[in-house]
Amino acid sequence: MKFLEYQVKERFRAAGVPVPDGRLARTPDEAALAAGALGPIAVKAQVPVGGRGKAGGIKLAKTPADAKRVAGEILGMTIKGYTVKEVLCETAQEITRELYLGLTLDRDARKPVLILSAQGGMEIEEVAEKNPEAIAKLHPDPWRGPLAFEVRDLIFRAGLGPLQAQLTPLVVKLYALARTYDALTIEINPLALTRDGGLVAADGKLEIDENAMFRHKDLHGADDTEEDPLEAEAKRRKLTYVRLDGSVGVIGNGAGLVMNTLDLVQREGGRGANFLDIGGGAKAEVVHSALELLASDPQVKGILINIFGGITRGDEVAHGIIDATRDLRLTLPLVVRMTGTREEEGRRLLEEAGITPATSATAAARRIVELSSGSAR
Amino acid sequence: MSILLTRESRVIVQGLTGREGSFHTEQMKAYGTNVVAGVSPGKGGTTHLGIPVFDTVADAKLKTGADVTGIFVPAPFAADAIMEAAAAGIGLIVCITEGIPLYDMVRARAFVVDAGVKLIGPNCPGLATSGEAKVGIIPNHITTSGSVGIVSRSGTLTYEVIQGLSQAGVGQTTSVGIGGDPILGLSFTEVLQLFRDDPATRAVVMIGEIGGSDEEAAAEQVIGRGFGKPVIGFISGRTAPPGKRMGHAGAIISGNTGTAASKLQALKRAGAQVCDTIEEVVAAAGVAVGQPSSAAHR
Repeated sequence: MKFLEYQVKERFRAAGVPVPDGRLARTPDEAALAAGALGPIAVKAQVPVGGRGKAGGIKLAKTPADAKRVAGEILGMTIKGYTVKEVLCETAQEITRELYLGLTLDRDARKPVLILSAQGGMEIEEVAEKNPEAIAKLHPDPWRGPLAFEVRDLIFRAGLGPLQAQLTPLVVKLYALARTYDALTIEINPLALTRDGGLVAADGKLEIDENAMFRHKDLHGADDTEEDPLEAEAKRRKLTYVRLDGSVGVIGNGAGLVMNTLDLVQREGGRGANFLDIGGGAKAEVVHSALELLASDPQVKGILINIFGGITRGDEVAHGIIDATRDLRLTLPLVVRMTGTREEEGRRLLEEAGITPATSATAAARRIVELSSGSAR
Repeated sequence: MSILLTRESRVIVQGLTGREGSFHTEQMKAYGTNVVAGVSPGKGGTTHLGIPVFDTVADAKLKTGADVTGIFVPAPFAADAIMEAAAAGIGLIVCITEGIPLYDMVRARAFVVDAGVKLIGPNCPGLATSGEAKVGIIPNHITTSGSVGIVSRSGTLTYEVIQGLSQAGVGQTTSVGIGGDPILGLSFTEVLQLFRDDPATRAVVMIGEIGGSDEEAAAEQVIGRGFGKPVIGFISGRTAPPGKRMGHAGAIISGNTGTAASKLQALKRAGAQVCDTIEEVVAAAGVAVGQPSSAAHR
């Protein structure tokens, strides 16, 4: 789950991480009021994606009239598919230096990693690539968290020794926030050094581990329903779905199998319209729901279902396919390849319903590519 | 011979009385696995599927001498189950559960490392030593015993390879699904070392996928350093667009690391034979163990 900047900053403020004074505005008039109360402000589009500054989603306003005008420009803008519905109006900062402080998961180390750099700001990814020694890292012990001396060492390694007294508690607070919210990523970028010598979180990102959402049922994140409508629908159906640009709809169980099925489709000269993993142990209803989703996509010219049963049972999948083709009056070409647990029952059910299962994954991919290119008008 | 698991292994199941635990324990028993106990807190003293149930792993180990556990408990409790098994000194912990919070797993993994025991998974199909025993959910009927070792990040692709090999008349020693999560127990590197040192394993199939750098690490640290037997490599997700997250928490491409191209290149450089399809993997493994007729179509 992702959060908007203002939602992240509410959490920063509550945890004692300094943030600029700010107000949320949903109309130009509200932005003008904010400027009246706060003085010169930055008007910032609230969207759950990066790169909004470059897209024109952040503008400065010196007066309420300015604020009203720029908020009018930003509200309603579309940034990477998201319509801007709210702007955060924040006291403009006199920034002398931009740092970076973040935490993410280092899968090679199998641990979270704290990252600190004296070269923060929009180009942090470029810094990481071209100048990796400018990025200092610390892998805290997952049981005791970062100790003060480890944090000081991190700060010295980042070349930020003079800011050590201010930075140490910030790093510790950020780690505590990450733990509290099961953050996959938490980031202060830029962490701004202001003219008066203070540190302030000028921007913030937070993404929570979906697997840990059972611990955070009360949290409401960014409304990201304005993504691709099919992806939004898939999310409502609790399906693991990613839109791709081809015409062969693909359903399978297990991410590796689905990725391999997409590779096979491409190898046979087609292109997948999507990645759709029904996961382990899927019931007939899930298969039904997956088929219904793909059938609603005008880009899909044929559907390939590839199931290898472990926890997933062939008979369950077959029931889902048969019910869906009947309920949806599915006319798209459909190729099913099924093997593994309860394979015989599944194949028998499919054959009785007039669906001939393919003999191998490669044969199935070839068949659906033939059929779907034929049906493409 | 084989790695990690034999017919003598004394296996317990944590979460035995649950739906998945029950179904797959029956399958494990049918396969020939020596399932000696189940653990379900609060149900100690009862029996389930003819298997004695204990309240704690320590108790089950004390009474049955168990040395392997299979974990089927729900995600919110799975990390604790892993640590309970590690604390009890169970030498091999196999966690099938999917969807464990990452911070829980980070801690559980550190705990397991400190305890000096082995963890496979989570979010994995487990392992099977063909014809002897299995812990997890690999379908029973697809394995045959032989001399090819399999290590894979993807559950369903593991099954594909096992079945393909068996249909081609090429048996397996042990098949290990290490799981697709970012925080794992045994990695490719560690499992490949075990296969390298197992005289019964004459060739190894390694099924990787995009994301992370475990395949590259294994290529450099094990395969490229005098492995002594053929390694057949395969990477899925080669046509996945960069930046798209394909379901597995692990299958995320960032920058230039973790791409299929980088993994394939590392494997080739280390001397592994790299294949384009599972069918090619099966044929190559057959040739590697001296069964060229196995290149037959299925």
